[in-house]
Amino acid sequence: MRALVWHGTQDIRCDTVPDPEIEDDRDAIIKVTACAICGSDLHLYDHVIPAMKKGDILGHEFMGEVVETGRGLNGTLKKGERVVIPFIITCGECDQCKRGFFSVCERTNRNRNLADKAFGHGTAGLFGYSHLTGGYAGGQAEYVRVPFADRTHIKVPDSLTDEQVLFLGDIFPTGWQAAVQADIQPTDTVAIWGAGPVGQMAIRSAILLGAKQVICIDSVPERLEMARAGGAIVIDNTHESPVERLNELTQGKGPEKCIDAVGMEAHSPRAVEQVYDRVKQAMMLESDRGSVLREMIYVCRPAGILSVPGVYGGLVDKMPMGALMNKGLTLRAGQTHVNRWSDDLVRRIEEGQIDPSFVITHRAGLEQGPELYRTFRDKKDNCIKVVLRP
Amino acid sequence: MARDSDGSKSGALARIAPDSRRRPDPATEGLAQGLGWFSLGLGAAEIFGGAAIARWLGKPELTPVIQAYGVREIVTGVGILGTTDPTPWIWGRVGGDAVDIATVLPALEETNPRRGNAMIALMALAGVTALDLVCARNLSEAPLRPSRRVRSDYGRRSGFPESPEAMRGRARDFEPPLDIVGPQAMRAWTSAEA
Ligand SMILES: NC(=O)c1ccc[n+]([C@@H]2O[C@H](COP(=O)([O-])OP(=O)(O)OC[C@H]3O[C@@H](n4cnc5c(N)ncnc54)[C@H](O)[C@@H]3O)[C@@H](O)[C@H]2O)c1
Ligand SMILES: [Zn+2]
Ligand SMILES: [Zn+2]
Repeated sequence: MRALVWHGTQDIRCDTVPDPEIEDDRDAIIKVTACAICGSDLHLYDHVIPAMKKGDILGHEFMGEVVETGRGLNGTLKKGERVVIPFIITCGECDQCKRGFFSVCERTNRNRNLADKAFGHGTAGLFGYSHLTGGYAGGQAEYVRVPFADRTHIKVPDSLTDEQVLFLGDIFPTGWQAAVQADIQPTDTVAIWGAGPVGQMAIRSAILLGAKQVICIDSVPERLEMARAGGAIVIDNTHESPVERLNELTQGKGPEKCIDAVGMEAHSPRAVEQVYDRVKQAMMLESDRGSVLREMIYVCRPAGILSVPGVYGGLVDKMPMGALMNKGLTLRAGQTHVNRWSDDLVRRIEEGQIDPSFVITHRAGLEQGPELYRTFRDKKDNCIKVVLRP
Repeated sequence: MARDSDGSKSGALARIAPDSRRRPDPATEGLAQGLGWFSLGLGAAEIFGGAAIARWLGKPELTPVIQAYGVREIVTGVGILGTTDPTPWIWGRVGGDAVDIATVLPALEETNPRRGNAMIALMALAGVTALDLVCARNLSEAPLRPSRRVRSDYGRRSGFPESPEAMRGRARDFEPPLDIVGPQAMRAWTSAEA
């Protein structure tokens, strides 16, 4: 089959690789009908997430049709069924899964030892996301093996198109959980850093959940345009200081809720800070760039909440703990517990509250994948979200 | 590859011009315009006053070369002022500066009685080169500006069936799980009537 394969830093190729096979009774094989490139994939592309190996198949946002089932699925999945696959592999039986904390499932990461060393305690297995999270082959491919398939799937109604439901596997619930974690009240100003796909979903979620004011910060004009379309007030950080503008828009009090939809490759609008973080990252003294976190802690209204869906992989430098502690801020982070929100979000799409396909700007075949990774990363050609059809 | 918006992709030019939708800051834009007018002026001076410049440098044999450079300057000036993206043309100026410097350098030789003038010319060239470089770099690194078509397309992509204002609070039926948002007593701004 054809698949997008990681060969090294900024080297992704569309290769022919062996078809996946059932390895365990709880496996299923999915024929992929649509997959997407995620902002998280860019961290692999730029190789700021460690433990990638040459030959790894990428992709964790995908959907398709069940073509083969293991013997242990007990009728939960049948051949021919149409499913979206959450990017988190979920066992459904461990303590964490039982409580709905699927992204920290204790059983699906088959490289737990490695992950325990990196994070103290390992987290769930993920598709196509380094050997720290299990080294499972991803879904930017014609076929994928889905482990724990009896729990790791979302069934979607035939009345909805692929593009309407594809993002149920990652960015839509991620934006949603980011907003839910912020515990939005009708009096809240919610500030969202990053107008990428996750930021866009977070904006819509914050509006639906009834925030008084939603503000989005980025520097890419067309992304800000789309943010505005979703109901956000926008701040272009190349021309305005986010801290000043946010204070202005909140009568000097600061936003009650702050969402980091940028992550470890944040680009600081302050040249000195950007150079500092880039140099430290290059010298391996710091693995992640923390300018958004610093800004959030600084500007957030005391007793407010910081919600961090943006991905970090290791260490961030110069964290203003003094401000965080004295202002009594709450920090909530995490990979998304995708399945926890699926039923509710499928219903909202069906009812027409939202159609997540608004974010798609580029459609192509798998062969164009490598080129589109670059386009998406460099924000060329007004690219915001890429969907590939294998 | 299918694209939702703004189709055009101009092969060769796209490679010289990093992107034709750069959105430089007003100062850089002004500087580029200034350099465009400077190119036109200098070009005219070089074409019509080539012989005088060559003599002033103590190198009368350079007259046709300087006149040719004048034509180059005119073309560059028109390029800067007349196209939507001056970036490649400003980079062209940087290249031109290098050629100019290489041409004037030999005039520094001991035997040239007009060495002093050559020195003045070189210093002026160095100054202009610095301006060109700053301008070219700022232009290349400026953020992208979407076309009007893209802006209006993306500006309609709300994802909502009604206006965002009408959708605000539509999901208030959602009960935030207390194992995530914390016990009621700890939830900020839920009790106070702010
Ligand atoms: N928690 C999860 O489960 C989960 C799921 C999906 C994605 N993510 C993460 O969410 C983040 C965003 O994903 P995406 O797909 O939207 O990626 P993206 O790269 O398309 O978007 C990031 C945006 O942040 C902007 N940005 C950079 N520096 C900034 C700054 N200092 N201030 C404001 N904006 C800045 C960029 O211009 C870009 O538009 C990534 O870190 C990704 O890994 C997390
Ligand atoms: Zn993702
Ligand atoms: Zn589990």
